[in-house]
Amino acid sequence: MRASRSGNIWQNVDWPTIGIFLLLVFFGWLNIYGASYTFDQTSIFDFSNRAGKQFAWIMGSLVLGGILLLIDYKTYDVLAYIAYGAMLLLLLATPFLAHDIKGSMSWISLGPVSLQPAEFAKCIVALAVAKYMGRYDYKVRSWRDLIVPFALIGVPALIIMILQKETGSALVFAAFLLVFYRQGMSGYVLWTGVAAVALFIISIRWGENALPLGSGSVGMLTCMLLLTAIEIYFICKEHRMRWQALILIGSVMAVYGISLLVNIWVTVPFNWISTGVVVALALYTIFISLYWRKYTLLLVTVFSLGCIAYTQACDFVFTKVLQPHQRTRIEVLLGMKEDPAGAGYNVNQARIAIGSGRFFGKGYLKGTQTKLQFVPEQDTDFIFCTVGEEWGFVGSIGVLLVYLIFILRLIEIAERQRNISTQIYAYAVASIFLFHLTINVGMVLGLLPVIGIPLPFFSYGGSSLWGFTLLLFILLRLDAARMEQLR
Amino acid sequence: MINDLYYRRRYAISGIAIGVVLVFIIRLFYLQVIDQSTKDQADNNALVRQTIYPSRGLIYDRNGELLVFNQPIYEVTMVMREMGQEWDTTAFCRSLQITRAEFDERIAEIKDRRKNRGYSRWTPQVFMSQLKKEDIATLQEELFIFPGIQIQKRTLRDYTYKAAAHVLGSVGEVNQNDIDRDEYYTRGDYSGRDGLERTYEKQLRGVKGVEILMRDSRGRMQGSYQNGELDRTAVAGTDLQTTLDIRLQLLAEELLAGKIGSAVAIEPKTGEILALASNPGWNPKVLVGKERSKNYNILLHDKTKPLLNRATQATYSPGSTFKTIQSLVCLEQGAITPNTLYPCSGPGSTPIKCTHHHGSPVALDRAIEQSCNPYFWCAFRDLLQMDGYGKDNEDFRHRYELWRDAVMQFGLGQKFTDTDLGEQSSGSIPSLKYFDRAYGKTGWKAITIRSLSIGQGEILVTPLQLANQAATIANGGYYISPHLNKNDSMRIHRHNLDIDQRHFDVVKEGMHRVMIYGTGRHYAVDSLHMAGKTGTVQNPHGRDHAIFIGFAPVEDPQIAVAVVVENAGFGATWACPVATMMIEQYLTGEVKRKDLRKRIGEAVLNESVKKW
Repeated sequence: MRASRSGNIWQNVDWPTIGIFLLLVFFGWLNIYGASYTFDQTSIFDFSNRAGKQFAWIMGSLVLGGILLLIDYKTYDVLAYIAYGAMLLLLLATPFLAHDIKGSMSWISLGPVSLQPAEFAKCIVALAVAKYMGRYDYKVRSWRDLIVPFALIGVPALIIMILQKETGSALVFAAFLLVFYRQGMSGYVLWTGVAAVALFIISIRWGENALPLGSGSVGMLTCMLLLTAIEIYFICKEHRMRWQALILIGSVMAVYGISLLVNIWVTVPFNWISTGVVVALALYTIFISLYWRKYTLLLVTVFSLGCIAYTQACDFVFTKVLQPHQRTRIEVLLGMKEDPAGAGYNVNQARIAIGSGRFFGKGYLKGTQTKLQFVPEQDTDFIFCTVGEEWGFVGSIGVLLVYLIFILRLIEIAERQRNISTQIYAYAVASIFLFHLTINVGMVLGLLPVIGIPLPFFSYGGSSLWGFTLLLFILLRLDAARMEQLR
Repeated sequence: MINDLYYRRRYAISGIAIGVVLVFIIRLFYLQVIDQSTKDQADNNALVRQTIYPSRGLIYDRNGELLVFNQPIYEVTMVMREMGQEWDTTAFCRSLQITRAEFDERIAEIKDRRKNRGYSRWTPQVFMSQLKKEDIATLQEELFIFPGIQIQKRTLRDYTYKAAAHVLGSVGEVNQNDIDRDEYYTRGDYSGRDGLERTYEKQLRGVKGVEILMRDSRGRMQGSYQNGELDRTAVAGTDLQTTLDIRLQLLAEELLAGKIGSAVAIEPKTGEILALASNPGWNPKVLVGKERSKNYNILLHDKTKPLLNRATQATYSPGSTFKTIQSLVCLEQGAITPNTLYPCSGPGSTPIKCTHHHGSPVALDRAIEQSCNPYFWCAFRDLLQMDGYGKDNEDFRHRYELWRDAVMQFGLGQKFTDTDLGEQSSGSIPSLKYFDRAYGKTGWKAITIRSLSIGQGEILVTPLQLANQAATIANGGYYISPHLNKNDSMRIHRHNLDIDQRHFDVVKEGMHRVMIYGTGRHYAVDSLHMAGKTGTVQNPHGRDHAIFIGFAPVEDPQIAVAVVVENAGFGATWACPVATMMIEQYLTGEVKRKDLRKRIGEAVLNESVKKW
């Protein structure tokens, strides 16, 4: 290890990660060829088809990676804020420079190629956030300390979402929540996020009826209560209070159990019981928090009452704020609508393509579904279909495990940093890859609504490949410098 | 790092990553290992199974004359998705010779999911069907300028003669019932709906072939799948040779024109049906293609019921033709001998009078010749009362049962089950139960059912059964179930009667005398040695039905015939000439009696009978 201090980048760089990177890029390229393969196709290198173009992009990304490794690691830190400012300007300008591609205003044409600035924004935001949070005097002590980091991710996200109409690319910035969490943001925030999503789904799917009446509200209230109870467990750090929480969960369950039992003989007004339990819970937490002078417990009260308000708000957001096509995508996912030739088409075709791959797949270039262009966007956002169809269950699991190893390796790299800034950046990279993997594969497998974001290194497209290359190789450069920093 | 309070959170984050991948693996396991439905869906999706329709088997008459063949028709289909902006609707309309309004209307129909439930922009939709070659000729040439348009070839039935519509039957689209019953069919397939087309559907239809093509999600064909290794060529249907003699069939239909009735001719030795005519009928060509449903509706609502195959489905009392059977049964069961005499006048004739003038008393041969009603009443009475009535009429009832069984041996009052004739009525020879219900168990005697003796009253038979009866007598005691497929395998369906050969000779002689001295003498062709029996059947619906059964030549019968003309009057006047001309045609190859042929053929007895 001492020897590596000489600063020879090629010795210090994390070769396993580069190996995985090359593996993913190569396998992705094979699948792009498979997805865009037609009968009269001749060569995988033919520049007129997408596999050939992707080959060019891959070569470009290797060159880019090499250059990134050769740059002095301090440059990234020094340029972080300047780059961030420039990026904001570019993002703001993009809608005016761009022409409309499928309703999205995010592409800038540079001669024969089009670039999507949003793909590069992730990396720059990560650097800026890392620089800000990596300051020696920075610590996450209260929510005030998170205002700037949230602003750093929120501003570009809003620009991309509102001006460029690229919801998917904007949502990626949510990945930074994991970074903040690692640096000390309360798990409560993550939990609230999960609870919010869960409640959103429940209220859209089953909550047609206003509270507290109507059958749908029963299930909704039950869920709210359970979420509240778990919330208590999270908030309360003290032993005796956790016991209180467990007792509360137990008694809520008991009330429901007894109600269900009684319901066999007498019809029980579940709505009123649910409402009663929520109110009782709120009053109890108020009492306890005042008695023990633990005012954080009031958050629980706020949470449980907030839930009721929130479910009403969800409905408003869903019907008024979301675009019709976004609404349909969610409805299709939740099984509220069936439209296999319309909004559900992609999802249904993806499911058929993957399902028809069975255990061992149909074999490379033998997938009829993807080859015959049944799945739209099959070489970009829906590339995982090709994997599923041609390589089967075995191949799909293989790809997923390689991604998992890749992400765990990035976390490992993050944890071995002595420089906090680099650690934050590393976590940002890991989180962004995890987010892309989750949303993309979740969408293809029909577990999440259709949100158009690419599968890193797999999906066709120069911008995304170069964007990810930028993210990864800057990390590798910073990581390689960790020995130098000791000096 | 120093003072890293949140060090353990790396495990939480790693856990999230592992959890996500785990959920995906479970989902993949479900989709790719457990859920079986996607495989089929995938096959339907990417692979197009294009059905290749086999050509349906042809139908020939007994002499090898082609009766039913196929004509090609064309279907124009379109895939909406491929019809882009530049699609030239005007040119398309011009090439199909339709107006723009018709085009728009048809497109609206296709897109209306209520009418067209399977509508999809990606799959071929039938735009126009059942087009003739000349209709699509222009389009065929210009096809390349209309993306999304395809022309598919199918076949329709066509007929050489405007004859034998009931026998041949027709081909129509399958219904849900057929699809549920036989997995061979899918929506839009055709199958034999009635007649021979239905009976021999499996033989005639052949086996559909399939060509597996690959298609992309825009409906564009990408070529054949695995170089056509999985394709299956269509196997054409097997031809069918029927027992019909088309000349005889044409003659029968010609002679029945303007009348309601039917004529059946059978070759006695083989049971082969030579002609099976029912009038009114229709021209088989009208129940084909586009016009089928319209014409079917007209036929269905015609009050003369042309769709009814009267030869096999209408039932009549056999009238005096039944006397031949009475003679045989009474002889066999010992009620009479050929020499037994009954008076035509006097007390014996009281309940039923004779309609002819002849000497009295008469023996059997003369009784048949003169169709003497009192003779047959007396013979029937003596048969039933042979053992007296007994306690509770038991002995009488037993005799009735024996009589009924003997009559039914001739195939009367029941359907032929071992045959290929689809539509049949059973007719009826009344059972003990029937009379018990009408009169009470002991409330009826021989005199009560006296009309049975002369074939009136409750006995009901079909013309086919009458023809078979004639054939049985001609054969002298057996019949082979009448059938339409000229295939030797049908000959095993032989039914031997339990009646002595001697008795048949007596009855044959009587029937021969009918044609020489009796009611049939005016229209007999003496050189052909005909035997026959006329019948004039009273019925509640107007004038008497004219009935005739006969065969020839009497010494070695080649043809047995039954003719029924509804509400025509005497059997001797209307049914007999039709039958004798048919015999003449069959045995000599022509009808020499041109004037008679013209007179009978042009006689209109029922104004509402339509000619197709």
